[in-house]
Amino acid sequence: MALHLISKSRANQYCMKRTYLGEFEEVVLLTAAVLALQDQAYGVAITHEINEQTGRAVRLNQIHTALQRLEEKGMVSSHMGDPTAERGGRRKRLFTVTAYGQRTLQEIQTVRTTLWDRLLAPLIPTLSV
Amino acid sequence: MKRPDALPTPPRVADRLLSWFVAPHLREEVLGDLHEEFAWQVARIGERWARWRYWWDVLGFVKPRFIRRLNPKYSTPNPTDMLRTYLKIALRHLVKNKGYSAINIGGLAVGMAVAMLIGLWMYDELSFNTYHQHYDRIALVMQQQLEAGQIATNNATPMPLEATLRTEYGESFKHIVLASWTGGHILAAGDKKFTETGNYMQPGVPDMLSLKMRKGTRDGLREPASILLAESVAKAYFGEADPIGQLMQLDNKLDVRVTGVYQDLPANSSFRDLQFIAPWDLYVNSKDWLIKSKQLWDNNSFQTYVQLADNVDMAAVSAQIKGVKRAHVDAKLAQQKPDVFLQPMSRWHLYSEWKNGVNTGGRIQYVWLFGLIGAFVLLLACINFMNLSTARSEKRAKEVGIRKAVGSVRTQLISQFFSESLLVVTLTFVLALLSVQLLLPAFNEIADKQLTILWSSPAFWLLSLGFVLLTGLIAGSYPAFYLSSFQAVKVLKGTFRAGRFAAVPRQVLVIIQFTVSVTLIIGTIIVFRQIQFAKDRPVGYSRAGLIMLGMTQEDVHAHFATIRTELIQAGAVAEMAESGSPATGLWSTQNGFSWRGESTDEQVGFGTIFVSHEFGKTVGWQFNAGRDFSRAYATDSSAMVLNEAAVRFMGLKNPVGTFVKWEGKSWKIIGVIKDMVMESPYEPVRRTVYMINNGSGNVVTLRINPNRNVPGALSTIEGVLKKYAAGIPFDYQFVDQAYAQKFGDEERIGNLAFLFAGLAIFISCLGLFGLASFMAEQRTKEIGVRKVLGASVLNLWSLLSRDFVLLVVIAFTVAAPTAWYFLHNWLLKYEYRTTISWWIFAASGVGALLVTLLTVSFQSIRAALMNPVKSLRSE
Repeated sequence: MALHLISKSRANQYCMKRTYLGEFEEVVLLTAAVLALQDQAYGVAITHEINEQTGRAVRLNQIHTALQRLEEKGMVSSHMGDPTAERGGRRKRLFTVTAYGQRTLQEIQTVRTTLWDRLLAPLIPTLSV
Repeated sequence: MKRPDALPTPPRVADRLLSWFVAPHLREEVLGDLHEEFAWQVARIGERWARWRYWWDVLGFVKPRFIRRLNPKYSTPNPTDMLRTYLKIALRHLVKNKGYSAINIGGLAVGMAVAMLIGLWMYDELSFNTYHQHYDRIALVMQQQLEAGQIATNNATPMPLEATLRTEYGESFKHIVLASWTGGHILAAGDKKFTETGNYMQPGVPDMLSLKMRKGTRDGLREPASILLAESVAKAYFGEADPIGQLMQLDNKLDVRVTGVYQDLPANSSFRDLQFIAPWDLYVNSKDWLIKSKQLWDNNSFQTYVQLADNVDMAAVSAQIKGVKRAHVDAKLAQQKPDVFLQPMSRWHLYSEWKNGVNTGGRIQYVWLFGLIGAFVLLLACINFMNLSTARSEKRAKEVGIRKAVGSVRTQLISQFFSESLLVVTLTFVLALLSVQLLLPAFNEIADKQLTILWSSPAFWLLSLGFVLLTGLIAGSYPAFYLSSFQAVKVLKGTFRAGRFAAVPRQVLVIIQFTVSVTLIIGTIIVFRQIQFAKDRPVGYSRAGLIMLGMTQEDVHAHFATIRTELIQAGAVAEMAESGSPATGLWSTQNGFSWRGESTDEQVGFGTIFVSHEFGKTVGWQFNAGRDFSRAYATDSSAMVLNEAAVRFMGLKNPVGTFVKWEGKSWKIIGVIKDMVMESPYEPVRRTVYMINNGSGNVVTLRINPNRNVPGALSTIEGVLKKYAAGIPFDYQFVDQAYAQKFGDEERIGNLAFLFAGLAIFISCLGLFGLASFMAEQRTKEIGVRKVLGASVLNLWSLLSRDFVLLVVIAFTVAAPTAWYFLHNWLLKYEYRTTISWWIFAASGVGALLVTLLTVSFQSIRAALMNPVKSLRSE
């Protein structure tokens, strides 16, 4: 409980300063956002998705760590899902991206787009010449 | 057996390892993900590789983030945490109710302190003489013989007894020690000359008493002209110098050499006054009558101490030697049926009284009496404590209700109330210990003791601990068990009412308290009345300005006439005389008197006192008939003066002029005096004859000239005595002071009883005060309503006081017969005793009632004066 409170307050702190997300965390967050659309954002699924999409050999424990961090930062929230046979009757922890997480993703997107825009604008005439 | 269609399972060891190190709250999702991944990998790379891969994944979770356990959401307190809150609550309650707490703790602390003091005193009495290592093997040889139809018991034995025991029963004894009587002797070394108390004893004594030798050896006493000194005495004479081998002079004539120094004997030893020991043989050879006494079986003037051999039984030896004297005496002495027996050291101090040959106890009665009083005072204090705690805890019913609603179990409430009362009792105990430490010097003064707190004794601490636990548990038991049984709903709804009989145990306890208090008051009054009664007894002579010089004053005797004339001419004394016994004692009893009309052939003893001609005039005795001795009649050398008791015993109608035969001489009775109280003021005066003797007496008595101031007269007397008897220190004693000492024991008991009765009343009143204020508080609303309806202050006062007065009246009806019974028995001990009159009971009853009313009134009047607006406003 206490830890939870502390992490919450830390999340607020980040919020004030505009949260910095590591590259890997950003990928995980983004993947989770995508998978959450089918309600399939949990450890193994995210791992496989990242494997497929990026070709990076990520390990399960890395994904779990990233998800925990994101949860501590308040960008994702989680609940326990249904058990399946292949999991030995254990439940999944399903993640959804919070509003704050979505805003963060959008901000990152905006920053990148702006930067790309500024990069592409002078290039275009050069290219057209 | 693995079924072929079964899904492949991940390595079980890896699972177990993971379950062990991963934090429990993560276990399910991690394990679930791992299994799902495993299934997926089996499909992708086959089971074998998947298993390897599984291990690899599992080990990936060995990270602090996954291992660290989640902090528990709810605290998991350990038992001491709860105790701490109990203590905190208890302390807060104490501080919140300062008045109650002070009364409660103060009362119990006083009770505990008293019990501790009495306990220490009892311990001291019961451990008397245990300083001596052979405590249980040492005995005093005593004898019983018939005297005027009664068996008299005495520790004075004849000298040949020792030699006989040695030759005939020697194997039963390790040591036999013949001794004189411990008393004052003049001890001189160089120019230092003081009176020291000591004794002449046979050389076995240092071994027998296991004296701790500081210098020299226990064998020192075997040397012919030696002396052993107590450490303090050695220091007084020789300071830091080595006392061994120093020369000293005893009683101005015996030269002795110091051969040993022993540790001072403690105050709780029968030998506490033994400040020096000189060899017995030195003493015997110094006087002719002592040498003669070696063969005399009828001179009972010496003490015989024995230490038993290791393998024999005290009672058996005592029975064995019973007839030893009878076997050696002539027919005439045998008529007295002298029996010899052993009195063990353990019984010397506490069982020293004999009546007609039977031991009737002695000091042990006081030990038990005070033990009883101490127990009672403590009981009172405990009752108080319980009453107040229970009364107050009823106010806490709401707290109990809330605690129960919040989830306290009954056992928790019980332990709460117990820990609370234990805390208070512990505080009290510390307070009591402190006050005992402070009071001990004063108590030692009153009780004539040298007590200290037994800091290092485990028994003391165990006992204290036991007591603290017991009191705490008893006092806490009512709230613990009764209050914790309430139904939370009822209490919180406000429909809870303490039962009609909730106050009954409290009332019973108050009755017990006052019963004890009133009994103690009655007892104290009667003890003091008895002392006063004995003090008011006519003593038959005048004590004012009478002083005595207590030692064999041979130099004074040699110059008696000169000193007397000189002192009278100097106006310092009115008269002076010599006598065989002091005015405050009767040292000699003799047999063999016969007279015409004697009714019995039995040997009867008369107190015999040899005096000089001036004795009567000096002490101021009063004649019923006849005349005093006079130097004008030469025949007075064979004349007798009798006291009334002697005349009554002899049955003489006209005593004056009658002849009495004694020691082959015919004595003429020339006068009869009023009884002089020389011995115990509680006993009837013994029949006594006074005769003239021109030899040296034991005591010189002087009456200071009433017209001179006392210090002036004393310095004149000292000057004159120095001139003629330079070798003797001027150690004098006022007769009235010596007489007052006879009341010492009774006065000490009276004072202590007074103290304890006072404390008992004080404690009881404290309790009553607390209870009354509690009652008044509980009935605040009732009083308010009554006032509104027109009750007067007087009505309310009597309403609130009535209950308590009733309790005291009941207590009195119990106390009066109890007190009468015990004190009647106590008074029977004294031949000369006061009567128990009804006014003592009336006075203590009225006194107790007054004290009660005063105590209660303070509270009830305050409650009655309260403005009803205030007390009813809260509704």
